[in-house]
Amino acid sequence: MSKILHLLRNLKLGSLLGMIILVVIWSTPTLGLLITSLRPSSLADISPWWEALFNPLSTLWTLDAYQNSLSSGMLDSLINTIAVTIPATILPLMIAANAAYAFTFLNFKGKEFFFAVLVALMVIPLQSSLIPVLRGMVWFQKAVGIPLTGTYASAWVVHSAFAMPLAIYILRNYMMTLPRELIEAAKVDGASNYQIFWQLVLPVSVPALASFAIFQFLWVWNDYLIAFIFVGEQKAVMTYRLLRLLGQYGQGWRDVAAGSFISLIIPLIVFFALQRYFVRGLLAGSVKG
Amino acid sequence: MSSVTYEHVVKEFGTVRAVNDLSFHVEDKEFLVFVGPSGCGKTTALRLLAGLEEITSGQILIGDRVVNDVPPKDRDIAMVFQSYALYPHMSVYDNMAFSLKLRGTPKEEIKKRVMEAAEILGINELLERKPRQLSGGQRQRVAVGRAIVRNPKVFLFDEPLSNLDAKLRVQTRAEINKLHQRLQTTFIYVTHDQVEAMTMASRIAVINKGMLQQLDTPQVLYDTPANMFVAGFIGSPAMNFFPATIKRNGADLMVDTGTFAVKIPSSHVALYQSWVGKKVVFGIRPEDIFNPSFLPPAIHAESVPSKVDVIELMGNEIFLYMVAGSQNFVARVDPRTTYKVGDQVQVAFNMDKFHIFDPETELAVR
Repeated sequence: MSKILHLLRNLKLGSLLGMIILVVIWSTPTLGLLITSLRPSSLADISPWWEALFNPLSTLWTLDAYQNSLSSGMLDSLINTIAVTIPATILPLMIAANAAYAFTFLNFKGKEFFFAVLVALMVIPLQSSLIPVLRGMVWFQKAVGIPLTGTYASAWVVHSAFAMPLAIYILRNYMMTLPRELIEAAKVDGASNYQIFWQLVLPVSVPALASFAIFQFLWVWNDYLIAFIFVGEQKAVMTYRLLRLLGQYGQGWRDVAAGSFISLIIPLIVFFALQRYFVRGLLAGSVKG
Repeated sequence: MSSVTYEHVVKEFGTVRAVNDLSFHVEDKEFLVFVGPSGCGKTTALRLLAGLEEITSGQILIGDRVVNDVPPKDRDIAMVFQSYALYPHMSVYDNMAFSLKLRGTPKEEIKKRVMEAAEILGINELLERKPRQLSGGQRQRVAVGRAIVRNPKVFLFDEPLSNLDAKLRVQTRAEINKLHQRLQTTFIYVTHDQVEAMTMASRIAVINKGMLQQLDTPQVLYDTPANMFVAGFIGSPAMNFFPATIKRNGADLMVDTGTFAVKIPSSHVALYQSWVGKKVVFGIRPEDIFNPSFLPPAIHAESVPSKVDVIELMGNEIFLYMVAGSQNFVARVDPRTTYKVGDQVQVAFNMDKFHIFDPETELAVR
């Protein structure tokens, strides 16, 4: 707390005002969402949400919308989303960290070429490869007998694959800034590449890893397209469930507000847990320091 | 504990030859210093030994084993880096224990050895700290500590003192010397500072442009440099050089620089007979030029008329920047000297300690 006060005292008035305005702009919709989700439909349908804010005591509050959304499978979807998101964040992170280490510290034939190809892959639109990947999975099921489509694993594979170019790029740029002597000292100390990676490079790359983890986590958490196409409705994720809640004519919009709020909580927790790495990590990959 | 041998070692980066045909042998328990100007290849020579660079041709032996294709971790060497390269996320203790942990040394043994090393270096109080909480001097000690817990065959030091302030450098210099006596292991040390080289080495390898210029004890390098590079590099202020001709004057030989001529003592005459009439480079160290009022006894002194250009008082001595005709030279004289700028004076060259070089090859005439 004293840290925050200290920070505020050192801020110029202009930037302080700017920050307050930004906070208001960003948090107003969230507040609106929360209030809407807590009002009975009789009121929500006829008056705007801020009326409730001005008369909080004389207004009716209800958890109906939460009850509705939870009873129509929101909890299952929350678990589905978690089951998709966590591996789809950790998997590409670990694979990319390994690849970034190789691109940074190992010498192999075609290193520059492969890296250039990798960077070029970043511009390929996801949509253009949906059908080939889907067909590939069907072929895989026929050939090997392991079904992929309709499982969590399909989303892990697809999310990991599409995250890979950017992840490797960010992590490699970060690792390039590590002093070469550090790696050499570990070599002389007797560490193998594997040990250098796990015991030295990975721990000191935490800022870059954390910042990419936030990106990837939020992206997968909010993803609809890949989850819908590869996982489908048997294991419906939250984005898919929210659409269902809305109903054909949009009649369930208060339930959507409640569901949205549920789906918002975990990303918020993740963001606040990792936020101290976020800014540092964003800079860390790009600016050589 | 082990000897180290370089046999015709060459290292090329693209078309640049960083190390050119380096051959020498370092005895077990020796303290060898590589010295030379920046970019001379001395650090590359050390990195080749550490296995951090691949040898282009030739071979390096540690003991009897050719290590060309042995990875660094299997060479049983320890290295102290210029930047110290401490692991930033580990405590001082873990930094020092890292290599032992990798080798699967038992926990109690690790603790014992880390404590021992910390004791030697006086860093027991710092073991819980992270590198960022240490001063430069403390980091340097931890880097040395990390090397000595290993008990390696050979210690490598890559300019370990260059990031320390002048006072700490002198102090640490003595400590590394003490460490060498205590550990009784082969030390190979890279520096660009000839004072460090002179004070620490049992032998010095002077390197320039990737080539070994001379390898000998500090005293021999100082007294009988093999060529003009070594002569100019070892000693501070550097040796004075004068283009000159050897001339006969009756039974005597003279070194004639055009502005002054000095007589070669009869004991040395035989050596330069074949050079009579030829161009040479005459070299003399600033400390072998005296104020005639304060001459040491029994030397062959030759007077040289010159003008005082700049005076630098050092307290214990005085540096005189002199001009004789078109020649400039430095003299390092007794502090009781009372010359003033602009004075025309006679300084005395100690002709027992001069050097003659071949201007073509720059090699000393012996």
